[in-house]
Amino acid sequence: MEQFFQQLLNGLAVGGIYALVALGYTMVYGVLKLINFAHGDLFTIGAYLGLTLLVSGGLAGSLPPVLAVLLVFFMVGLLVALIGCALERVAYRPLRKAGRLSAVVSALGASIFFQNAVMLVYGARPYVYPNSLRPDFTIELFGYALPGMRVMVIAATVALMLALWAFIQKTRMGAAVRAVAIDQGAARLMGINVNRIISLVFLIGPGLGGMAGLLVGMYYGKIDFTMGWTYGLKAFTAAILGGIGNIPGAMLGGLLLGVVEALAASYVAFAWKDAVAFCVLILILIIRPTGILGERTADKL
Amino acid sequence: MSDLSLSGRRGSLAACLLRGRGLGGLLLLGVVVALPFFCNAYWLDVCVSIGLYALLALSLNLILGQAGIFHMGHAAFFGVGAYTTAILNTMFHIPVLWLMPVSGAVAALFALIVARPIIHLRGDYLLIVTIGIVEIVRIALLNDVGGITGGSNGIFGISRPQLFGFRIYKSLHFYWLVWGMVGLTLLLFYGLWHSRVGRALNYIKADDVAAEGCGINVAFYKLTAFVLGAFWAGMAGTVYAAKMSTIAPESFNFMESVIIFAVVILSGGSQLGVLISAFLFIGLPELLREFSDARMLIFGLAMMLMMIWRPQGLLPCLPRRYGRLRALMASADTAKEHHA
Amino acid sequence: MSLLELTDVTKIFGGLIAVNEVSFSVEPQSVVGLIGPNGAGKTTVFNCITGNYRPERGSIVFDGKDVTGVAPHRLVERGIARTFQSIRLFSTLSALENTLAGRHCRLRSGWLASMLHTPSQRREEREAVRRCMQELEFVGLAEHAEEKAGSLSYGNQRLLEIARALASDPRLLILDEPAGGMNDQETVALVDTITAIRNRGITVLLIEHDMRLVMRICEKLVVLENGCLIAQGEPEAVRSHPAVIEAYLGAEDEAW
Repeated sequence: MEQFFQQLLNGLAVGGIYALVALGYTMVYGVLKLINFAHGDLFTIGAYLGLTLLVSGGLAGSLPPVLAVLLVFFMVGLLVALIGCALERVAYRPLRKAGRLSAVVSALGASIFFQNAVMLVYGARPYVYPNSLRPDFTIELFGYALPGMRVMVIAATVALMLALWAFIQKTRMGAAVRAVAIDQGAARLMGINVNRIISLVFLIGPGLGGMAGLLVGMYYGKIDFTMGWTYGLKAFTAAILGGIGNIPGAMLGGLLLGVVEALAASYVAFAWKDAVAFCVLILILIIRPTGILGERTADKL
Repeated sequence: MSDLSLSGRRGSLAACLLRGRGLGGLLLLGVVVALPFFCNAYWLDVCVSIGLYALLALSLNLILGQAGIFHMGHAAFFGVGAYTTAILNTMFHIPVLWLMPVSGAVAALFALIVARPIIHLRGDYLLIVTIGIVEIVRIALLNDVGGITGGSNGIFGISRPQLFGFRIYKSLHFYWLVWGMVGLTLLLFYGLWHSRVGRALNYIKADDVAAEGCGINVAFYKLTAFVLGAFWAGMAGTVYAAKMSTIAPESFNFMESVIIFAVVILSGGSQLGVLISAFLFIGLPELLREFSDARMLIFGLAMMLMMIWRPQGLLPCLPRRYGRLRALMASADTAKEHHA
Repeated sequence: MSLLELTDVTKIFGGLIAVNEVSFSVEPQSVVGLIGPNGAGKTTVFNCITGNYRPERGSIVFDGKDVTGVAPHRLVERGIARTFQSIRLFSTLSALENTLAGRHCRLRSGWLASMLHTPSQRREEREAVRRCMQELEFVGLAEHAEEKAGSLSYGNQRLLEIARALASDPRLLILDEPAGGMNDQETVALVDTITAIRNRGITVLLIEHDMRLVMRICEKLVVLENGCLIAQGEPEAVRSHPAVIEAYLGAEDEAW
């Protein structure tokens, strides 16, 4: 029982990270119908930038750890958001009128570019987040001792998801994002500046992804330049699982995938962990071809 | 056979030449024939590699370019073919070239089984599922399923192929084998393109609901395109296994799929486009060797720039030609009068 | 015996009854019009007949055989061809190739024969092209055979859809608003085309808002309102039917 509970919580923490990254995929897909394959690498950049700011930037030394981490958390979000926004301008906007797959190839190119840029800057060896930054307290819950890091990751992802939900549902800008996702042409006619909304989405999505990168660094302690492929693929899977383009779907898909994977790793076989995620995906899509929360749009004939 | 070649129909070869395509094709043929005389062993190997990717991309073009099925998992079928060859050859010592159709068939069967329940999925859903298949296959190979795939070390000691008693082992031999296969593939797939089947795939790509409404069995054609493409990838796997004589799971990962996918998209959909695109994608990283570490960075950048430069791809398919339609009408009229 | 017989066909979309127990029949070699206000469920009835929707209840019998729930492409093989309300041509392909799409189900060459261009395959192709050119000629588009479908005028695109449907040798042709978006001149020509189709022995079932066209060519009208059949019979009788007048009252765009 103890093991099950711990794995469940571990799954929720990892799932929350998947969900944050998945949100970037799903929001971009929502407005552009594009799979931003470079998103996973923006996440990597977040992890590396976080490390740089904390260690080389000296923030970890001059401020109390909690404050330093919190500050860096938002700085990373902002920096990666700017990179994401620039990426859209350079690599995707010129291809908006071309076939959808042309933009996908451009995204794949961007992914390779970013991954190798990180490798050139930081080198190919993995980096380690300093242990001193990781909270070492534990929380008692139902008689189980929960590692503080796990709890904090879950808290951070839940907070970010709630903030995003509030932004999308309660603000005018959020309404504009939803409008562009439904019908770009109609949104333009209603006076919405579609390009600005797309840029906004490319700020929010990569921003969340970058923060997720920092969380992974803190959670596992180790980062390497290829991690974007794995996490990106998993998060993309999560986004599809929930129904691509659907924001609650991405959150649900991410959490579900994290939990399934954690349980599979401990109860099935660790080596098959990655395969389990895809098997679940295939099974769910056979039953529900548009994902769990994806709308079944009847074809207009 | 002459009817299958670039012309297809009287008069259209001239039209092709005028449009510059036929000239491009001839030029490419010249390059392929001349290359072995100018290349050293290293570049010859690169050219074998280009030929292999051309084979893979031509078969993916059927699925992705012609039928518009978002398939990013072609490396899985390539891998299944290569492993089938490797396992049967090392365990039962069956000659490699005999295994080519067998490997193709195994890959095709595998494609049939996995694609059957998922082929109706829409665009991006299918894309991630096909990526998932690559990952599942790779992980299965790594975990040494059934104790026959050799885990992460893979399989070594695959024997060299023999063709009518002639042992194929030098790079030059493989060069001719691979490019011979490419040539044959071009002819066969050109025939397919200019036929009822090729058109059906294009209708499905353009609008699957309308295609079904016109009497085209959409599910059947999607599935068979998938299976035929997998068959070809499986055969390419045999050649790869024979060439390398050692294979490992990492040769069939997601990145391989991505490159084959990108070759097809950049090509624009025509066969000549696929060949040029394969040269660019496989040749370019080799040309960039001197940049060593930065070479993949430049490669990624080039991928973006090429798509921005030509969003529709290098060479989109030209319209099919159906001969002199006016003359056809006239003969039809006389036939009608005759009938009356 | 009727060529097409609908019995109590009912289609429900998530609780909303789009078509409610509709029954009517279409006699061979007739032109039947399905009319009714917008949203009456006309296109839904069509989509049930062509196999795009599967009705929740009721049966559809074509040529003596129950075809309820049969896949669309199989129905084309059996002789039901259709056009779409929102034109669905393959816009990047030529008019001829669009027509060849309709011919597809009558051709037999498989994958291998197509790859090898066997003599029988080539003969079949030639014959198919010839036949499709005849259909283009029939609707008056032979001049445009090699133009992209997307570059044709709106009226010509509607005609091309008809040519594409005719190329499949249908016995029942289903036209969804064939005159939609056509000017007066084109509509007049369309009347001749539909008459010529009937004279070829092909039964026509059509949805149309242009009442002048409907009154001129239909031998029978079926009127739907809110998914229910409210009247059917000869055009003149239907026109004076109280329920029909009631349904159309105030609908100004439906000029009688």
